[in-house]
Amino acid sequence: MKILVTVKRVIDYNVQVRVKADNSGVEKENVKMSMNPPDENAVEEALRIKEAGKADEIIILSIGEEKCQETIRTALAMGADRGILIKATDDIEPLAVSKLVSKIVEAEKPGLILMGKQAIDDDSNQTAQMTSALLNWPQATFASKIDIEENTAIVTREIDEGLERVKVNMPFIASCDLRLNEPRYASLPNIMKAKKKPIDIKSAEELGVDIKPRIENIKISEPPTRQKGVMVADVAELVQKLKYEAKVI
Amino acid sequence: MSILILAEHNNTEVKSSTLNTISAASKVGSEIDVLVVGSDIENIAKEIANYQHVSKVISLDNKNFEHAIAEKIDPVIVSMAEKYSHIFAPATTFGKNVMPRVAVKLDVAQISDVINIESEDTFIRPIYAGNALATVKSNDAMKVITVRPTSFDVVAKEGGSGIVETLNFESSDTFTEFLDREESKSDRPELSTARIVVSGGRGLQSAENFKLISDIADKLNAAIGASRAAVDAGYVSNDYQVGQTGKVVVPDLYIAVGISGAIQHLAGMKESKIIVAINKDEEAPIFNIADYGLSADLFEALPQLSSELDKLNSIEK
Repeated sequence: MKILVTVKRVIDYNVQVRVKADNSGVEKENVKMSMNPPDENAVEEALRIKEAGKADEIIILSIGEEKCQETIRTALAMGADRGILIKATDDIEPLAVSKLVSKIVEAEKPGLILMGKQAIDDDSNQTAQMTSALLNWPQATFASKIDIEENTAIVTREIDEGLERVKVNMPFIASCDLRLNEPRYASLPNIMKAKKKPIDIKSAEELGVDIKPRIENIKISEPPTRQKGVMVADVAELVQKLKYEAKVI
Repeated sequence: MSILILAEHNNTEVKSSTLNTISAASKVGSEIDVLVVGSDIENIAKEIANYQHVSKVISLDNKNFEHAIAEKIDPVIVSMAEKYSHIFAPATTFGKNVMPRVAVKLDVAQISDVINIESEDTFIRPIYAGNALATVKSNDAMKVITVRPTSFDVVAKEGGSGIVETLNFESSDTFTEFLDREESKSDRPELSTARIVVSGGRGLQSAENFKLISDIADKLNAAIGASRAAVDAGYVSNDYQVGQTGKVVVPDLYIAVGISGAIQHLAGMKESKIIVAINKDEEAPIFNIADYGLSADLFEALPQLSSELDKLNSIEK
C-alpha cells in the first residue's frame, strides 16, 4: 500500500506574526518557515504504519512555491520515500488544493491519505473533508489514534464533546490531530540521504485544474490589542479587584 | 437572500451553537430555514421552529442519521442547496466536519470560522491563530460559511413562528460506521458558553493537582479549561483544551493558572472580558494580556484563593 501525505509550508509556529503596514497581508520576508505542525504528525503516522509492515511507500505532496521543496525534504529526512511538488502561488485555497490532491490520487492510487487537520496560517480546516468528498472516500477527521486492520481502520476522533470512534473502509482519508503521535527528528545521516530522494515537479496547468482564487482578500488587519493590566500583590487583593473593580465575581 | 442553516444537536437537545449561528445568519437576511438531521428529533424540530428569525424547519428524522456522519449529511444539504444564497453552520467539530464537503460538491470556496459579517458577501475571520483578521469577499454565487459561535449572540428561543416540514431522504452507503463516543460528564457549565472559566496548564504538574482548579471552579460556578500542554501531559481530556486547535471561549472572567501563554493558547481566550493570570514566572507572556496578574506559586495561591472565595460567599450569605 502507498500512503500519500500532504505537507504545507507555513510561518513557524513560534514566530510572532506581523501584519503588513499596508494591510495587504502578513510579513513573510526573513521569517522562519516550517512544516505545518499537524502535517508533521501525518508524516510520523505514515512512517509508523510503514514500519509496522502495513505500507510500502510514503509519498509526500506539497503545493505552493518552489521553496516548498524544503518542506518536502524535511519529510523525506524523517523517512518518507519520495516527493511531489505542484507549483502554485502560496495563497492557493483549500478548494483548489483538494482538486489537485485528487488528481495525484488518480495517478498514484494510494490506499491511505494523511493530512494535518488544519494549517496554522489560514486556519481553514477544509482540505481533508473536501478531498474525501471529491474522491468519495470515507473521512476520519481530527484523528488522535489510527488502527489499520485488513480492509478497514478504526479511528479515534477528537471532537468538542470528547472522543468518538469510527470504523472506515480502506481506502480512506484522515486529518491528523496534534495528539496522534510525537513526530521524530530527522537524524543527520537521514538528512543526507533525503537529498538524493526524488521530488517530481508538476504544475496545476498540466493537471488541468483551475486554481484561481474565489475569495478576495479585502484587507488583513491587526486584531484589537489588549492593554497590559496591573500586577496584584496577593490573592486577597486579587479577589477585592475582581469583586469591586471588575465586578465579575 | 435565502439562508439555510445546519442545526447542531445530539438528538435530545439543541446545541447553543445553533442559536449563535441563527443569530449570525440573521445579519445577512431574514429568510432563514433550519435543517435538522437526526433520529427521534420531533421535539427538537418543534423547538427550533419557535426560535426568533426561523421561517421554516426542515426535519430529516431517520434512524440512519442518528450519529451525524458527515458523509451522510452533505448529500442532504447539496440536494436542496440551489434554493439558497447562503448555507451556514457552526464552526464546531460537527460543522467543520460537514461543510467543506458541501462546499466542494457545489464548487464554492468555504469561508471558515467567521467572527463578523460586513455584508452578504463580505466576512471577517481570524487567521494565524487570531494574530491577524482577514476581511474577505466571496465571489461565488453561493456562500458556504461556518461561524465561530462565541462571536455571535444567541437568538431568543421564543417569538418565532416557523413551520416544520418533514423531509425523506435515502441515506447513502458511506463505508464509515459510528462505533462509540466517550463524552466527559460534568455538572459544571459548558466550557464554550460558561460565564467564568478557570484553566490550568503545565504548571499544575499532575492530573491530581487539577483538583485545585476544580475546587476554584466549583466555588465560582465556572467551567474548567486547560492548555494544550496540560492535555498532552494527560492531566485532563481533550475536550477541555482552549486554543487555536481547541475551543475558543469568551467568558466574562478567564483565570489562567500555571499557563505561560503560548500564541496558540491566547488564540482561544484573548477575547475574554477580564483575564486573570497566576504564574510563578514573572516574565510569562500571559501577563502581557492579563487585566490582573499575580506572580505566585500556584500551590500556595490556589488554596488561598479558595479560602478568600469562601469568605466572600459567607459575607454574602
